[in-house]
Amino acid sequence: MKFSTLFSKLSSVIVLFALILLWYIISLVNLFPAYAFPSPGSVLASFREEIVTGRLLNDIVASLWRVVIGFVLSAGLGIPIGLWLGQHLKGRQALLPMLNFFRFLSPLAWIPFAILWFHIGDKPAIFLIFMATFFPMALATMVAVASIPSIYFRVAQDYNYRGIELLTNVTFPAVLPQVITALRVSYGIAWVVIVAAEMVGCQDGLGYGIWEARNGLRLDSAVCYMIVIGSLGMGIDRLLAQLTKLPGVRWGYER
Amino acid sequence: MKDNPSTTKLIFEKVSHSYGAVSVLQDLNLEVKAGEVVVLVGPSGCGKTTILNLLSGHIQPVSGYITREGTVRTVYQQDGLFPWLTVSENIGIGLRSIKDESQREHEMAELIELVHLDGFAHHYPHQLSGGMRQRAELARVLAGDSDILLMDEPFSALDYQARHKMRGELVRVLDKRPRTVVFVTHDIEEAAQLADRVLVLSKRPATICRELPIPTPRPRGLADDGVVEAMRLILNELGL
Repeated sequence: MKFSTLFSKLSSVIVLFALILLWYIISLVNLFPAYAFPSPGSVLASFREEIVTGRLLNDIVASLWRVVIGFVLSAGLGIPIGLWLGQHLKGRQALLPMLNFFRFLSPLAWIPFAILWFHIGDKPAIFLIFMATFFPMALATMVAVASIPSIYFRVAQDYNYRGIELLTNVTFPAVLPQVITALRVSYGIAWVVIVAAEMVGCQDGLGYGIWEARNGLRLDSAVCYMIVIGSLGMGIDRLLAQLTKLPGVRWGYER
Repeated sequence: MKDNPSTTKLIFEKVSHSYGAVSVLQDLNLEVKAGEVVVLVGPSGCGKTTILNLLSGHIQPVSGYITREGTVRTVYQQDGLFPWLTVSENIGIGLRSIKDESQREHEMAELIELVHLDGFAHHYPHQLSGGMRQRAELARVLAGDSDILLMDEPFSALDYQARHKMRGELVRVLDKRPRTVVFVTHDIEEAAQLADRVLVLSKRPATICRELPIPTPRPRGLADDGVVEAMRLILNELGL
């Protein structure tokens, strides 16, 4: 009993070590040539190198900055627009096909435009993050508003909630659990898109780091960047998951 | 706080209502006296909820006149509490009209004690039992300046024992804070135990097919003579 609970607690760590071991064995038996399959040791060495030169930290800051700005812009616009659309059937009928069209358009399709319009730097990456996350945010918020049980609005009417008060005291808290879920999903998209965006539109950032590693045939460095991208993505999702622990939204996840 | 419903008016004059081609109410006349507890019973789908919606003003009748004087509040079947607010915050909605903070706090404490939710003020609705949630709703509709309570099968989502207990609670609470009440139910025990007057409705389009005053003072036990007799008459009228 005690052993099994300990085992289940450690199971994810065991899987991680097993994976590293497998990686080590494959590189040891030279299944692939060393330049195409870097060993754990060479990746560790490249980690040291990237940290010492300060390049890794610089790239992390650059990527995080772009994601945060693009994400704040798209949430800041997408959530209010979603709230409005959820309450206005005519607006919904007019805009829904367009929003859906752009939602299914891969944000990477915007890359040529992003570079022509915004040149190289932060701006094209921020633009691509925005294009990738705005539509899912707006649509998820809209669907959440449109599916608020009508009883909440009846109660609100009984107690004279109108206009802005209705929006802030009833509509918004009623959709907040779903909005938080949408934030997490959109953040996941943003984190995937930033790597692709930086490969073509930037001179730094985690995606650019991978691109540079490819150009120099330094796959040890590429793996080092991949590990950072995955870990940071997970870590930030953990942070966003803390939002679901707010007392005023627990109801949305517990029934 | 005005625990004096003597000024309320609730009158239907020849009220008819229909949804498309389906006539739900036909020339309904109804007057609820101030401080009276009127219970509407009838077959399901007969238009009981439509009557409540007309009384509250959520819908307008196709024809006829409705006179309504007094603040109307509704207790819903379930999920009427805002799940993102605690019990005290939900009750606080009913106290919105009170501007003075200390008076509001005093009222709040009194209401929570009245519905026996002491110790649960900071709980969220999903952390409470169905009966506790309905008691919180009761506190909310009693709060502040309400004088007419509309109750739309408020206890129907509860199990039998909880329902039985809630009837007693409602009687006790109304004794302390009298209100004009229109109560819709399909539970005949509930009607017989709570009502000053039971109105038995016919099938659609609804008309009042029997008016049954119950003079026995409340609280009434389920086996009291007056209650048993009232239940017999209601069942009879419903053809059961």
